[in-house]
Amino acid sequence: MDTRSSGDREDGHAEVIPLPPLAPPAVLVEDALACDAAFFPTPEQYADLAIALKADGFEMCVDVCGVDYLEHFDRYVPEGVTPTRFEVVANFLSLSRKLRVRVRVQAGNESPRVDSLFHVYPGTEAPERETFDMFGVLFGGHPDLTRILMPEEWEGHPLRKDYGVGHVPIQFKESPGPR
Amino acid sequence: MSEDTRIAKRPDRLTVETSEGAQELTRRGDTGSDQLGREVGAVLRLDGVTLDPRQIDYERHDDETMIINMGPAHPSTHGVLRLMLELDGEFVLRTKVVIGYLHTGMEKTGENLSYVQGATNVTRMDYLSPVINELSYSLTVEKLLGVEVPERATWIRMLMSELNRVSSHLVWMATNGMDLGSTSMMIYGLRERELILAFFEKTAGLRLNLNYVRPGGVAADLPDGWEDDIEVICNTIEERSYEYDQLLTGQPIFRNRLVGVGAITAEEALALSLTGPLLRSTGVAWDLRRSMPYLAYDEVDFDVVVGTYGDNFDRYALRLNEIRESIRIIRQCVEKMPSGDYRSQDPKVTPPPRARIGESMEALIHHFKLFTEGFHVPAGEVYSAVESPRGEIGCYMVSDGGPKPYRIHVRAPSFTNLQAMPLLMRGASMSDAITMISTVDPVLGEVDR
Repeated sequence: MDTRSSGDREDGHAEVIPLPPLAPPAVLVEDALACDAAFFPTPEQYADLAIALKADGFEMCVDVCGVDYLEHFDRYVPEGVTPTRFEVVANFLSLSRKLRVRVRVQAGNESPRVDSLFHVYPGTEAPERETFDMFGVLFGGHPDLTRILMPEEWEGHPLRKDYGVGHVPIQFKESPGPR
Repeated sequence: MSEDTRIAKRPDRLTVETSEGAQELTRRGDTGSDQLGREVGAVLRLDGVTLDPRQIDYERHDDETMIINMGPAHPSTHGVLRLMLELDGEFVLRTKVVIGYLHTGMEKTGENLSYVQGATNVTRMDYLSPVINELSYSLTVEKLLGVEVPERATWIRMLMSELNRVSSHLVWMATNGMDLGSTSMMIYGLRERELILAFFEKTAGLRLNLNYVRPGGVAADLPDGWEDDIEVICNTIEERSYEYDQLLTGQPIFRNRLVGVGAITAEEALALSLTGPLLRSTGVAWDLRRSMPYLAYDEVDFDVVVGTYGDNFDRYALRLNEIRESIRIIRQCVEKMPSGDYRSQDPKVTPPPRARIGESMEALIHHFKLFTEGFHVPAGEVYSAVESPRGEIGCYMVSDGGPKPYRIHVRAPSFTNLQAMPLLMRGASMSDAITMISTVDPVLGEVDR
């Protein structure tokens, strides 16, 4: 795999992006919905891929977020990738080439853990903290992995699918009630 | 755990009773050099592992400095932002931003609302630019659905986004003026914004949180005589934007407070993932409307305003000029507004008109299904981004084929932009800290979501 095509862009011409020079053999998918291209690295390949992307002209890591696929182990992933419960999704942007690339890491089932991109892209500090807070994904090498939106002593990670939404019980007039 | 053991366990915390320990700024004696380096904003000069010792004042001790809290209930923090500042006299050494005071779990809420209801949820995130939030949400849903939006709907969306951008920047001009002591600017900014809010009310029925842009189009067509309203709005605001120039731009006190204060470089801005006016003020001409056009922004003529020094004054001048550029776009929208439908006629996405429900069984069924269950969206995941007044607002959505999104994540520009705080504040005086918060322009509804 020497080159990857970004597929037909909206303006009609297909642009060929040379593969990052140091890119590890992460699985690559060219999908119309995936901005320009999506990578599926393993947690071990993730940090190296980010370094390669940065060297390749992707100046900015726009966003890092998590997804809990508790009910969807059967979702579509390319061949060679084992779907896990937690996925960490990072979006990269190249300002010079006007390209977006999405990286989806299968972070694990019980205790999800990936490397932090903080030392490559310092702008991921807050998004990674948010992902930790909301999903309990650990980021190895993050300088200050504490809760950011929830209070410090909060138990549980609210955006996990097995974390309840909570509700207020509604007492209807006709219901007999406890008294 | 009793209060005594907690204090005994963490004797050096400043405020043991809040129990939010680890989120707070720690005292110098308890802070490692890595952490110290990050907090003084030296992280961008880290270059891998080596830390420049000149950037970190190791020799200082706790008894020379003072950590104070600013916020969350401080009027100049534009909401419930809390800053912990380490001060040496009047000058800021370290800053830590503590957020989450307005966290209401909107991303979790979004997972329990149908795609039709979802727009009412996202519109409450960045409450100063609701239309642009709805736009980013709707574009994402439409990308998953593959729905074609009529041309008129596209142009109405553009018109409303630009009006919203102007109103958002006017609030910024107002509050920024207020922070710098110009109470007149506060009144003028809100006065001009009122024109736009009145137009929103006329069009969508609400002044804020419009729920106007929806998947498939917009909620209602523009009201009769909208061209005249827009004409008045454009002329008034454009004329008054030159009055702001007279009031503020050349004003010596105003300039002294802004020029050269809080400068960042393009490299720092890119590394910290800053977008919007913060990034453009450093001279990087990155505006999604121009760089990655959505809607019909490639068919209108406008300039991307950029700064040179990346200081507070650049950010002020940039926003003032963006108001004028937006007015240029609005005028072109009025000129080029096509006729036709204002929403897609796909019955699976758009509810049928009221009159047809009484006549047609299919219309009744569609109406019933849309408002009880909602429409199903093909499985997949997608990210799409638009330019909000504060930067790139993106929406990442995962659908499992059901009527509710499986996961919805909003990439909030203010949330990411706040990371610039420690860097901007470093070495500035306490009074400049207020200006810095103002020119970063965080909207706390969006930061905490």
